[in-house]
Amino acid sequence: MSDIRTETMTVNMGPQHPSTHGVLNLVLQLDGENIVSAEPTIGFLHTGIEKTAEQKKWQQVIPLVERMDYLGAQSNSLAYCLSVERLLGIESQIPDRVVYIRVLIAELQRLASHLVWLGTHGMEIGAISVMMYCFREREQLLNLNEMLAGFRMFPSYIRIGGLREDLPRGFHAAVKEFLDKFPGKLEEYHKLLTKNQVWILRTKGVGYLSKEDTMAMGLAGPMARAVGIPYDVRKTFPYLKYQTFDFIVPTHTDGDVYARYLVKMEEMRQSVSICRQALERITPTGVYDCGDYRFVPPPKDRVYTEMEALIQHFLLYSQGFNVPKGECYVPVEGPRGEHGFYIVSDGTNRPLRVKARAPSYVACQALPKMINGGLIADVIAVIGSTDVVMGDVDR
Amino acid sequence: MPDSQIDTLVAEALRIAAPDARIEPATAVDMPTAYVDRDHLVEVCRLLRDAPALQFALLADVTAADFFPAEPRFEVVYHFACLGSAYVTVPGASPAPARRFRLKVRISGADASVPTVTGIYPTANWLERELYDLMGLRFEGHPDLRRILMAEDWVGHPLRKDYPVQIRKDSASWEPIQLSAEEFAENVRATRARAHKAAEKR
Repeated sequence: MSDIRTETMTVNMGPQHPSTHGVLNLVLQLDGENIVSAEPTIGFLHTGIEKTAEQKKWQQVIPLVERMDYLGAQSNSLAYCLSVERLLGIESQIPDRVVYIRVLIAELQRLASHLVWLGTHGMEIGAISVMMYCFREREQLLNLNEMLAGFRMFPSYIRIGGLREDLPRGFHAAVKEFLDKFPGKLEEYHKLLTKNQVWILRTKGVGYLSKEDTMAMGLAGPMARAVGIPYDVRKTFPYLKYQTFDFIVPTHTDGDVYARYLVKMEEMRQSVSICRQALERITPTGVYDCGDYRFVPPPKDRVYTEMEALIQHFLLYSQGFNVPKGECYVPVEGPRGEHGFYIVSDGTNRPLRVKARAPSYVACQALPKMINGGLIADVIAVIGSTDVVMGDVDR
Repeated sequence: MPDSQIDTLVAEALRIAAPDARIEPATAVDMPTAYVDRDHLVEVCRLLRDAPALQFALLADVTAADFFPAEPRFEVVYHFACLGSAYVTVPGASPAPARRFRLKVRISGADASVPTVTGIYPTANWLERELYDLMGLRFEGHPDLRRILMAEDWVGHPLRKDYPVQIRKDSASWEPIQLSAEEFAENVRATRARAHKAAEKR
């Protein structure tokens, strides 16, 4: 038998493959079913957002950055606004109500993002019904976004210095209804997957990454928590008064696809708890920005009746505002891990540099480490567990 | 602990460990920041990770800013994080306090190169490739310095300030289409006519 000639085969997986999360291309070297080496090719979705942002005024960048990680849109705008606010020095002027609304939005966004992850991840390895269930719940979250800002995917509701407008009437009741229903749905997903023998066989022991490799590859987020590194930006470097919220950081030690699944499922439960706490602290009406009219537009009734307010409104929308010279990076815990914007200002009304710390980008880099030596069927399970969003990778 | 205090702590620790590294503290609103010259970058990065008092386990980001036409033109920026008790880089050591740190390297436009830190933080691999691709910075000793986001045959480095924002450029990757607009319209017409004829016959 030893004289049988074998050779490896090169297979292009993607960029048009439905299971590669958009336009990821993996060049796989196969020896039969086993993967000898894998090389991710990215850049198919590169739209030059960082270059475009340099031409825009500070507040015009928000809709742009929301389109980077398009499944966790408001995590982008939150991170960007926090960085700009820190550089402006108005962080302490943000009222508590705004802070808690932002927390609520960030956690709802995490739920929406995790639901897409679970749905597509399940579908890719054969559990089609999970996708239907998850998108059913995500639809309700998108409806909440629509209620909030009239836009379902990219609401641009979080602004520099506050929020776009006050919460709409009926928002509390709508969120409460969702939060009451959701834990039951989460149980449904658990029933469908967690003890499902097929699911366990497809995910347990697959795509293992050691603790050292995880840290060396810069994976900070659910991937790190699945291998036993309890690092969560919300706990370690608190922002938005997360230290006043009661929640735990779920961790696991196996470091495989199943562990990542369990970590994210528990994160959803914690997010619901944080949402409940935040909702209790938010009054139905009240302040929704820092009230500093150098950075936020004056209320419309004043714009229509007062000369100064009209001038301020006009200045803000025609010239924007200047941000002091300097640089800033304030990370947040996005759905995919540490997520932040490094911004540089030269003291003018436009950013000199906007750079996203994209968790999907580093996760993509780590793919070969998890794939090599495994089976080709497991590639899809691994990609699903890393939860890469190509908009975030290519930017 | 206020940031300024941590600032001095990290800079002081580095100064003691690497006396000839010329660490120069800088002011920033968000986290302690320091400049280092590029000859000592790798040595300082190794210290940041391996010194028991520092233990910056996570290299969160490598990026750069272009201050064209000022000189030195580029600043390469490294964001580190020490995760406290969540991750200990030195086996057996007690955890260092959780904190963040930013290291910057000034480089000139004429000689835009920095030593790579992939040997210490493997995550820098793609981050440095991105900077090579979009900023045109060379990373000496990088194992695989190729374009990553732009096409392989792209000319120029888009994130440089002297690169025009709006540019029309035909991709060189494919041959231009070999059909004129008239020929295309004629083809469509002929196909339609054939289909009509076939339908009539039936």
